[in-house]
Amino acid sequence: MATASSPAELTDATRDETSLSRFLQGLPGVDQVGVEARAASLGTRSIKKAAKLWAIDTAISMVDLTTLEGADTRGKVRSLAAKARRPDPDRPDAPPVAAVCVYPDLAATAVEALDGTGVGVASVATAFPSGRSSREVKLADVALAVEAGATEVDMVIDRGAFLEGRYGYVFDEIRAVKQACGDAHLKVIIETGELATYDNVRRASWLGLLAGGDFIKTSTGKVSPAATLPVTHVMLQAVRDWYDATGQLRGVKPAGGIRSTKDALRYLVAVHEVAGEEWLTPELFRFGASSLLNDLLLQRRTQHDGHYSGPDYVAVD
Amino acid sequence: MSDRVSVAKTYKLYLDGKFPRSESGRTYPVTDSAGGFLANASHASRKDVRDAVSAARKAFGGWSGATAYNRGQVLYRVAEVLEGRREQFAAEVAACEGVSTAESSAIVDAAVDRWVWYAGWTDKIASVLGAANPVAGPYFSFTVPEPTGVVGVLAPQSSSLLGLVSVLAPVVATGCTAVVVSSAERPLPAITLSEVLATADVPGGVVNVLTGRADELGPWLASHADVNAIDPTGASREARVDLAQRASNTVKRVLTVPADEPDWTRRPDISRLRRYLEAKTVWHPKGT
Repeated sequence: MATASSPAELTDATRDETSLSRFLQGLPGVDQVGVEARAASLGTRSIKKAAKLWAIDTAISMVDLTTLEGADTRGKVRSLAAKARRPDPDRPDAPPVAAVCVYPDLAATAVEALDGTGVGVASVATAFPSGRSSREVKLADVALAVEAGATEVDMVIDRGAFLEGRYGYVFDEIRAVKQACGDAHLKVIIETGELATYDNVRRASWLGLLAGGDFIKTSTGKVSPAATLPVTHVMLQAVRDWYDATGQLRGVKPAGGIRSTKDALRYLVAVHEVAGEEWLTPELFRFGASSLLNDLLLQRRTQHDGHYSGPDYVAVD
Repeated sequence: MSDRVSVAKTYKLYLDGKFPRSESGRTYPVTDSAGGFLANASHASRKDVRDAVSAARKAFGGWSGATAYNRGQVLYRVAEVLEGRREQFAAEVAACEGVSTAESSAIVDAAVDRWVWYAGWTDKIASVLGAANPVAGPYFSFTVPEPTGVVGVLAPQSSSLLGLVSVLAPVVATGCTAVVVSSAERPLPAITLSEVLATADVPGGVVNVLTGRADELGPWLASHADVNAIDPTGASREARVDLAQRASNTVKRVLTVPADEPDWTRRPDISRLRRYLEAKTVWHPKGT
């Protein structure tokens, strides 16, 4: 299962299109039944009491609070930023979220609203969500986000090119975007819902890592199915193998479809078991979500108060 | 009769329009009044309460937003299906409550009538409890009753069908949604009623029926911040003070109920409907 590659092999893989193709096609296949069964069995693990409280707070601090709608306004982004800074105003001990994720034209608003808070601003870019545009347009999109002050850029890969097998093209594009990002962290969205097989998920993950993505991210949230546990397992295996081969820590971000605390805890169990304990930090694991935070806050209150809470008591958006 | 082997049943909960097992996996045996085995019922836990409340909350928007006429039609349909199952209900009531077949048939008839009575109130209650208020100013001021929200109902312990219908029907007639904890010793009519509700156009989640102990589940319902009212009829007398105290931490209606179960065959009035309604008063400016 593990793809033990040496740094030399990885350098060789990126030499040209043919060797990249050979490397990605040569990755071991994913055992579909096995990974699904393992994801399901880890999903049944019971997390209670102190461990649950810790997990809820950790999950809150890992949330990329997202709004990616055509109807987004500056006002909505500001209120989202306020919530990101202090998710539960009645309980100041609730940690802030990791970042706010918006479209590039609203990144400046988010940066202004979050100035000095330590909460990051992530901006999607590269003709999100479909990624169907010219490279110039995509890079201009990235520049718009970076100039606005976004600390993280979420790019989408060209799935069409990837499925056609033009890995070199996708690789160059990620490289170019990474360069355009400057200091901003780059998250590479591989959109697993359009990749059809787990083998492709593994290839796209490695492609993203080889090209220099700081994070690999499951999906845009605009395609169904979005993030699933088995897919996240495969991606977590990729970052762990990458660490084994190179010593570099890269992150994973499942996005879309994670709505309940229960789901979030299942993901954290997967992170711990598949990648390892050092990935249980917002630097290396994020949730792309909007409504998840509401449920995390409700469950946090339930744990502290000893009775079930309701949506009348937290800022539900 | 032939010596056909009877089918021993294990009934499930009624939650969000579906029939799941208890999250805890627990069941308990249900016996008839003489102590003979009748069936197994799910023994609901606090997590089933939690799931039921979120289902009821989800269903509240649609049910309270439906026109009163439409709610009435759905409830009349429930009465029709209830009557269609007359014999089954009569047999279950007879077994659970230890009454004769003639008596149990009368109880079922009374339950159907009770349901129809409340169904009729759906589109009339606003005219009775609402008002156009005479005010000293250039305003048209009027008051309309609105459903209070999710109601936790601890159903009567001894009257398993007529009592249940008498406490549940007013909740759904006002447009509230309900989480019902059935009689613990006599849950079979409640289970059959949930099958009636599931096949009678009542949207999933409007009524959720949990079989289990009222004194175990009641505190969780009373302290739940997303429950708007609680009917403690089925709780033991000692437990009621505790329920009221827990409920006082949130703005929650707690019904005042008689210490002992009342005579359910008595003609009802609209007091139960009134308790599940909030008055909304609107001041509308008039010209000049």
